[in-house]
Amino acid sequence: MAFENKNAEASKAEANDIKTPFKEFVRKFKRQKNAVIALFFILFLAVIAVISYQIVPYGINEYDYSAIMKGPSAAHWFGTDEFGRDLFSRILCGTRISLSVGLLSVTIGAVTGTVLGLLAGYYGGILDSMIMRICDVLLAFPGIILAIAIVAILGSGLYNVIIAVAVFSIPTFARLVRSTTLALKGSVFVQAAHNLGANDARILFRHILPGAIPNIIVQYTMSIGNSILTASSLSFLGLGAQPPTPEWGLLLSNGRNYMMTSWHITLFPGIAIFLTVLAFNLLGDGLRDALDPKLSD
Amino acid sequence: MFRYVVKRIIGVIPTLILVVTFVFLFVRMIPGDPARLVAGEQATQEDVEIVRETLGLNQPLPVQYVKYVSGLFKGDLGTSLRTKRPVLQEVSNRYMNTVRLTILALTWSSIAGILLGVWSGKNRSKWQDYTGMTLAVSGISMPTFWIGFMLIIVFSVNLKWFPTTGAEGFKSLVLPAFTLGTSVAAVVARFTRSSLIEVLKEDYIRTARAKGLKEKVVVWGHAFRNSMISVVTVIGLQFGFLLGGSVVTESVFAFPGLGSLLIESVNYRDYPAIQSLILIFSLHFIIINLLVDLLYAVLNPEIQLG
Repeated sequence: MAFENKNAEASKAEANDIKTPFKEFVRKFKRQKNAVIALFFILFLAVIAVISYQIVPYGINEYDYSAIMKGPSAAHWFGTDEFGRDLFSRILCGTRISLSVGLLSVTIGAVTGTVLGLLAGYYGGILDSMIMRICDVLLAFPGIILAIAIVAILGSGLYNVIIAVAVFSIPTFARLVRSTTLALKGSVFVQAAHNLGANDARILFRHILPGAIPNIIVQYTMSIGNSILTASSLSFLGLGAQPPTPEWGLLLSNGRNYMMTSWHITLFPGIAIFLTVLAFNLLGDGLRDALDPKLSD
Repeated sequence: MFRYVVKRIIGVIPTLILVVTFVFLFVRMIPGDPARLVAGEQATQEDVEIVRETLGLNQPLPVQYVKYVSGLFKGDLGTSLRTKRPVLQEVSNRYMNTVRLTILALTWSSIAGILLGVWSGKNRSKWQDYTGMTLAVSGISMPTFWIGFMLIIVFSVNLKWFPTTGAEGFKSLVLPAFTLGTSVAAVVARFTRSSLIEVLKEDYIRTARAKGLKEKVVVWGHAFRNSMISVVTVIGLQFGFLLGGSVVTESVFAFPGLGSLLIESVNYRDYPAIQSLILIFSLHFIIINLLVDLLYAVLNPEIQLG
């Protein structure tokens, strides 16, 4: 009896030691100090985004004409703008805008791109050439130009910026997922699923898609940082958020008028964008290294 | 080799046609009536119709398209609604400014990026590596316009070394070129580092070290040249992103180039200008990509041409 118990415990301990791909990933990820810090910073930003309006010391549109364009002080940590509005409060409340613009646009782009990539890779033929041609055309516009063109058609505003940035990130995901799909299409387990009578949708989403997920996650994280930059650039150019929205790019663009005297109006919103994008880039780097099978210990 | 070049050039033609068509259709979806815009708010409906006819906007889309494409071959980009002058003239006034800006930015950022990348890569996992890569990841995370403003505040407003705006002489190019090149330098540094690290793992590097060569000779003489093959591709691709980035940088410094012209045109809904500028940007991008592909084929002996 005692012997059996011992055996059971041993096999239980053994079961805990089995290196599942996920455990392996967690172990490797934990060793990326920068990425772990970045992850916590992003979680912190997410909390700020939710509760910012409840915790800020001043309202985002609270005018105070006795404190116009004051530098940083104990009362106003980041100083005030030309209407005496508290910059610290405005930047904190801007977190929600930048995070949601980044997440929404990349999510739309990633889902669309993934579906297109799966279809192109799996069915091949004319569908494949059509989808890839569209991606070629979208990729033929350098950087932010495509987003500007889309906003020029739809008109300026935050929602149109989200659409523009989403379209802009579709081709990258489509190409990425297509190449994984091509690689997995001929594999034995996909053949087996096919022979067991699984339909195309099941094969695509249950058997092929999971294989592409690691790459998608890395690209997704990296793209969020990039899309926050693009969206804030569009707002800076006057094509995105409109005043008095406390969007970071817009706050910065407002500061350009007072650069000679009040540097703090441009400094702090820039730091906010920088730290947020930096966190997503570091997290992306860490995920990539943790998911890369080539990088062993 | 010749056959490969011809094949690649022919391969670009469908993309070119699609891009031209895309841009043509794209701009026609802009809401608002361009004829009304040209004629002005106060114009009568009759005047608007006259303008519509002179601009050819009353013709069916296919006719407009044929006219547009044949115009492109003759170098006719249409007339700007904002300045009432030919778009080609508007563009050529500013073209060289943007070219100078992007080339200067690409030059400094490639050199700095490569040096930083090699410095990090050959000292892998040492303090040099961490410093270099911290700089690089910061470089890709900073908003371009913010870098520009910070430079203006420090070097123009306070130190008064450089002008804040304009394109008069070399001095006015320094800050915009620095701003524009930062993220490219960062990307090049990251890429150079990983490329060098890959090459340093090769057997022939071990041989070079084993025969007692100095580390300097191993890195610069043996590893560097091979690691550069893929770095050249990345630099070429970044050139396209510099074109896009010039829009933001030129707006920061009120620099009279194609990027700032694009923003002015978007704000005015000057659709012939928007259309031409987007087309110019993407044509340059496509051509540069093609050249990079060809250059890569020339540089990399592993590629089988045929």
